[in-house]
Amino acid sequence: MATCTFWIDGKKYVTEQGTNLVDAAKENGVFIPSLCYFKHIDPPLGTCRTCTCKINGRYNPACTESVREGLKVEVYTPELVDMRKALIEMMFAEGNHFCPACEKSGNCDLQHMGYELGISTTRFPHLFKDRLIDYQPKRMVMEHNRCIKCRRCVEEVFTSDGKRVFMYINRGNETMVGIDYEQEAKLSEREAENAMKMCPTGAIIVRGKSLSKPFGDRTFDMESSQKNFKHTITEKPKVANFEKKTIATVSLAGCFGCHMSMLDIDTDILDIAELVSFNKSPLTDIKTFTQRCHLGIVEGGCCNTENIETLKKFREMCDILVVMGECAIWGGLPAMRNTIPLGECLEEAYLNSVTSEQGENTVPYHEDLPKILDRVYGCNEIVKVDYTIPGCPPSPNHIWKVVKSLLWGEDYSLLYSEFKYD
Amino acid sequence: MSTQTTHKKFYSAEPVRSRLLSTLWQHQIQDGCISQAVIQELASQHQLSEIEIEGVATFYHFFHQQPAGKHTIYLNNSILSKLKGFERIKESFERETGARTGSTDPTGTFGLYATPCIGLSDQEPAALIDFYPFTNLNAVKVKEIIQKLKQGKSAAEICDAPLDNIRFTPANNRTVFFAPYTRGEALNKLNELKPEGVIEQLRISELAGRGGAFFPTWKKWDTCRSYKDTPKFIVCNADEGEPGTFKDRVLLNNQPGSVLEGMIIAGYTVGAEYGVIYLRGEYQWLVHKLENEISAFHESGLLGPDAGGLPGFNFDIRVEIGAGAYVCGEETALLESMEGKRGEPRTKWFYPVEKGYLQLPTVVNNVETFAAVARLIQMGSFEYLKRGMPGSPGTKLISISGDCQRPGIYEIEWGMTVAELLDLCGAEDPYFIQVSGPSGECISIKEKYRRISMLDLMAQKDIRCGGAFMIFNSHRDLVHILINFSEFFKHESCGVCTPCRAGNFIIERKLERLKNGLADMNDLKELKSWGTIMKATSRCGLGKTASNSVIQALEKFDDYFTSRFAATDNSTYRKFDHLSAIAEYEHYKP
Repeated sequence: MATCTFWIDGKKYVTEQGTNLVDAAKENGVFIPSLCYFKHIDPPLGTCRTCTCKINGRYNPACTESVREGLKVEVYTPELVDMRKALIEMMFAEGNHFCPACEKSGNCDLQHMGYELGISTTRFPHLFKDRLIDYQPKRMVMEHNRCIKCRRCVEEVFTSDGKRVFMYINRGNETMVGIDYEQEAKLSEREAENAMKMCPTGAIIVRGKSLSKPFGDRTFDMESSQKNFKHTITEKPKVANFEKKTIATVSLAGCFGCHMSMLDIDTDILDIAELVSFNKSPLTDIKTFTQRCHLGIVEGGCCNTENIETLKKFREMCDILVVMGECAIWGGLPAMRNTIPLGECLEEAYLNSVTSEQGENTVPYHEDLPKILDRVYGCNEIVKVDYTIPGCPPSPNHIWKVVKSLLWGEDYSLLYSEFKYD
Repeated sequence: MSTQTTHKKFYSAEPVRSRLLSTLWQHQIQDGCISQAVIQELASQHQLSEIEIEGVATFYHFFHQQPAGKHTIYLNNSILSKLKGFERIKESFERETGARTGSTDPTGTFGLYATPCIGLSDQEPAALIDFYPFTNLNAVKVKEIIQKLKQGKSAAEICDAPLDNIRFTPANNRTVFFAPYTRGEALNKLNELKPEGVIEQLRISELAGRGGAFFPTWKKWDTCRSYKDTPKFIVCNADEGEPGTFKDRVLLNNQPGSVLEGMIIAGYTVGAEYGVIYLRGEYQWLVHKLENEISAFHESGLLGPDAGGLPGFNFDIRVEIGAGAYVCGEETALLESMEGKRGEPRTKWFYPVEKGYLQLPTVVNNVETFAAVARLIQMGSFEYLKRGMPGSPGTKLISISGDCQRPGIYEIEWGMTVAELLDLCGAEDPYFIQVSGPSGECISIKEKYRRISMLDLMAQKDIRCGGAFMIFNSHRDLVHILINFSEFFKHESCGVCTPCRAGNFIIERKLERLKNGLADMNDLKELKSWGTIMKATSRCGLGKTASNSVIQALEKFDDYFTSRFAATDNSTYRKFDHLSAIAEYEHYKP
């Protein structure tokens, strides 16, 4: 095969003519993020658009381009980097992705792309569309909340007599990947497992097989696909003096797990106690602000009116407001209820649950009780949030690195293994 | 209505799968839905899994999973219908039929559904009942219609014949499309012109694709001609789905012969044997007319063996009926649909001229393009070039609707200004004009002196109009219009690529915030930035253009938006609708 030269961000590279651009870049050490791309699907799917680059001056996905002589590709311009981030964020906003409760976590391509691109929050409103979890197939569970409609399974999974097992159904924002129960039953154990592995998220789960590899030991847990992986905070507040600072913390609609993670810094907590004092915080048990604070750290989102009030108080009393954990960022696990009408949730909890008394007919309501909101809101839907720390919970190192950086302007970089959604 | 377009024997070139859509249509008409049993039957017939058939059936919104009533009513929910009283008509239908919109009445007699633009924007409110048109509806008329249907009359007996409403043609016989038509006159020129001559004529005349992309027609044909694979196909894109556009409806009704001749000329020029008119499901009431015209062409020897008296040139045309999917107006999605698949646009590895229908060389052109070709060949490029303006010769059909006295079809010479056109149609207090439909360009009345032509969009600042002018007066609420557009795209996206499937949904949510007074300047900035991302990253024209109107409206109606949202900008606290957030819980107050 003839070789040819092509250009990525002004640098010259050589590859075999006709190589897919994603592979050609990879060969040459340039990482082009991609999700739906699967080397042996021909022609490439071009569905997720994550690998969008500027190719000879036009926006196009790298995966539907084969390299030819003189091809000029832009990959790492600020605009393109932001665009690719936006696409991944869009997938997180569109589906209902709860990484901490997902069997695929750590083996998930979508989650992995989030890490690689350093996405700590999505700019888009989460759509919280009610989606089906289909338990009917014989061997599989189809978790439509997690499907990103990449089409890999549609194009790749066939029965031995050549029939499709998966196919898109419906259209527009209702599009989903349907599964044929009859054909699914014909798949061998191995074929079914391959389908699960091929799925870039946790949408296809084979019963009894999804947890065979322990968390923490999975493909994307420890190492980045990029050689020079580094997350840094770009916006640094101007803080000059190394003085003792005051911090306030609170847990809203969350589980206190993020606070536990803060304590997980072990003996370093002693050093921190020298540097900062805690005002209103569950750590000090101070219930109301006694002074203005340099930094407010919020765990949990807003599920009732009391949460909103507290959050607004934090915004008012803190110079910098940081939210930590998935709940505070966009709702997190409590937001699992966001796809279900509030009435149904309350009635299930208070009237129809296994433990409710026979004939129970009241849902608690009293003027002294906070009012429950129609759904769980992320903190940035209520007040302006200055910084976000992802994770469920975020790793203690991540939290304290951010705090130190924000308070004293220390340089800061995160290890790949410290930046997690679960 | 008959949708059984006859697959004549020479279509043996086509695989069985290509008939899937028409088979599904038969079942839909016969049973009122595509039942699970039918899906099973078709799956075994086609040697496919059931989910694959279901995937096709659920893609098109005229195919129902539940019975859609003995009589099925489709009410247009486009913005133009909304301006003319959609809500009132909807209520009338609900009252008279007992059906709630989106379902059937308890007896299953009437099914009532809202559907995107049905191509009757000049006579709204309009509806399709059993796919026959009913126009200029009002409460009394609705009552009468339903009574008659209940008495056992068929929709075919009582439907309206939509007017063509051709309001304007260029003076001094300069019309291109609506001059007296004599069957076969254009085809008579072919013997002398030969394929090379046709291409030359098109090249000199600078005819460009009238679907709105304005790709030079001669180039498309010439490229297709150069490919050797056979058979080749000519496809007439009559899937006129862009809301507010109805020029193709009028052409098919008024000038079906021109369209057929244009296709035959294309066939002769590129060496194709088969022609297919892909007619949108909403225009089924035109099928008889088209098929009669095709038969007449056969009788006159203009179709069939040695078509048009051209020895060795065999050409035939059939009609394929779409089943409700805007995206099928995209040429590669249309080809997929013709192959009996979901109408998902293909990636651009190949253009249809090389690998189109069934991976064979295919020319896909718009109805208006074919009609223009026939007229152009008939009159000759010398005559044609006298019309329009240098660099943009000829005329253009424009469908005008909305706030004006004379909605309808205007054949204008390229080069007319927006102001002149607004004058002609009697626009009242125009403020906001959506050109070429929701995916096109949004212009403000401040731009009324811009010309309408094919000249390059950026350099000349001319308006390239694909075919629609929706006029809105200053009392119309911009945000409502934009929400209507984004709802449309949300449903009509094929759902394959992320930015279009999720993006349109997200944009709609954002616009809802605007409508509910919850937005601030930051939201406006985000809308613009998100729209730009969709434009750059979407897979096909639908996603690339869906955010156009929002982005442009934000730019052009800056005062409207800033006056509404800027004053309330507060960077620390977000606007939050406290009352609606607790409204549901308040139900539990003892």
